[in-house]
Amino acid sequence: MSADDPKAEASASLSFSGVQMTYPDGTVALEDISFDVKPGEFVTVVGPSGCGKSTLLKIASGLLPETAGSVSVDRDRLGYVFQDATLLPWRTVARNVELLCELHGIDKEERARRAQAAIDLVGLTGFEKHHPRRLSGGMRMRTSVARSLTLNPTVFLFDEPFGALDEISRERLNDEVIRLFESEGFAGLFITHSLYEAVFLSTRVLVMSPRPGRIVAEFHVPFEYPRAPELRFTPEFAKLSGEVSAALRGGYED
Amino acid sequence: MTSQSAVESTGGVGQSARALARVIVPPVVVLGGVIGVWYFMSYRGLSDSQRFILPPPHEVFSDGMLTWKPLKEILEGLWATTVVVVVGLIISIIVGMAIAILMSRARWIERTIFPYAVALQTIPIIAITPIIGLWLGFAFNARVLVTVIISIFPVITNTLFGLQAADRNLHELFTLHKASSNTRLWKLELPAAQPAIFTGFRIAAGLAVTGAIVGEFFFRGGQEKGIGRLISFYQNRLQIDRLMSAIVLSSLLGVVLFLIVGAIGDRATRHWAPGRRR
Repeated sequence: MSADDPKAEASASLSFSGVQMTYPDGTVALEDISFDVKPGEFVTVVGPSGCGKSTLLKIASGLLPETAGSVSVDRDRLGYVFQDATLLPWRTVARNVELLCELHGIDKEERARRAQAAIDLVGLTGFEKHHPRRLSGGMRMRTSVARSLTLNPTVFLFDEPFGALDEISRERLNDEVIRLFESEGFAGLFITHSLYEAVFLSTRVLVMSPRPGRIVAEFHVPFEYPRAPELRFTPEFAKLSGEVSAALRGGYED
Repeated sequence: MTSQSAVESTGGVGQSARALARVIVPPVVVLGGVIGVWYFMSYRGLSDSQRFILPPPHEVFSDGMLTWKPLKEILEGLWATTVVVVVGLIISIIVGMAIAILMSRARWIERTIFPYAVALQTIPIIAITPIIGLWLGFAFNARVLVTVIISIFPVITNTLFGLQAADRNLHELFTLHKASSNTRLWKLELPAAQPAIFTGFRIAAGLAVTGAIVGEFFFRGGQEKGIGRLISFYQNRLQIDRLMSAIVLSSLLGVVLFLIVGAIGDRATRHWAPGRRR
């Protein structure tokens, strides 16, 4: 799609180059966003609320057209977890997880097989017949993640998925995401406003400025996977978090 | 909300009995009040010679409902009316939903059809009865058409409202996976519309009874002697006791239909409908 570096494009699972988003009323939401997410990478974007983080994912998925620049990604194998679980309340967990396969015309047996595998993978075994109303917030998010897993995504987009959950559920789901990232081998792009979540999950953290959103800093996270929950309390983790936090505040003062 | 979930999950006998009492006691109290006022008006408000205008409740009850001949007549009428109501209601539901689905496909279709749906609602039935009679005859078909005209509007508006009320995020999910407009209708919009659709059906069920009775007032052809025809017959002969029991039993028909449709709707959405009971 873009002309500058074909070799880098080929190896990246998801690539933004010079993406700009201007709304019809003239509001500039994103300005000159360029970065790649390569296979085996888990990139997190942190930024203040209203900086256009979520817009980034909508553009990546094709829900919103960018006004300048380009995005390259295989949209047929894209996982997308929204801010809330967006389940069909009239369907059971199993039927919700099957939905995407249904939309992609996958036959019934294969659909059921994949759904069961995904349900087992996110730890919802035994809840197949429950309706979303009877699940906790964390379990609804798990269902949502399982639903995306059924398409074996090469790229997984997460749009502040755990923001509404309590601390404990959130940490537990972070552990789960890391486990899935390791076992399923997708490239991840995760949006959050929690810098601790960002540092804990990712191989790389990008910091965005307030609107118009630009990427103002980039941090490589050196910690090995699997990451133990205790990692959050090590001095190295605190130091890196401090640096990210400083960059975030710098973005505010700009 | 808490008591509702307690009833559903534990099904405790004491709690469900209390829940049942909460549903039954208030209407029974109202009924008692109405009967009290009725007795008062009948004995205190009217002189002996006027009492036939409003006979006391027990006379209506024994004359109209406990004496076999008039009761048989009324029940047969009720049955004939029920057939009109059910046929009319089914047509209303099928045609009304089809119109609503069509309207939900595009804004311009909605804008084109909606004024006529509203017009249908506001046409005084009396004004068009001669035309209906000329076109469909003065029997069953005409009665059904009046039933449909009176009951179709809430089916259209509630279905349309429900179809348009599906969550925006869910729509985005379907867009993301390139769902066709048909898939969207069957897997998202129609299921999401169920609570609203059943609300429409319930309103339509009550109106269908009114519609059938009104239809029978105007279109008296055919063998069937519906309750509407009986009502006007009793009215002309000043048989107020029978008239009143015919009215009570026909409103009972409306209530029963309302409850049946409501129960079907509750059953269809019991796992997820938001705020079904308070």
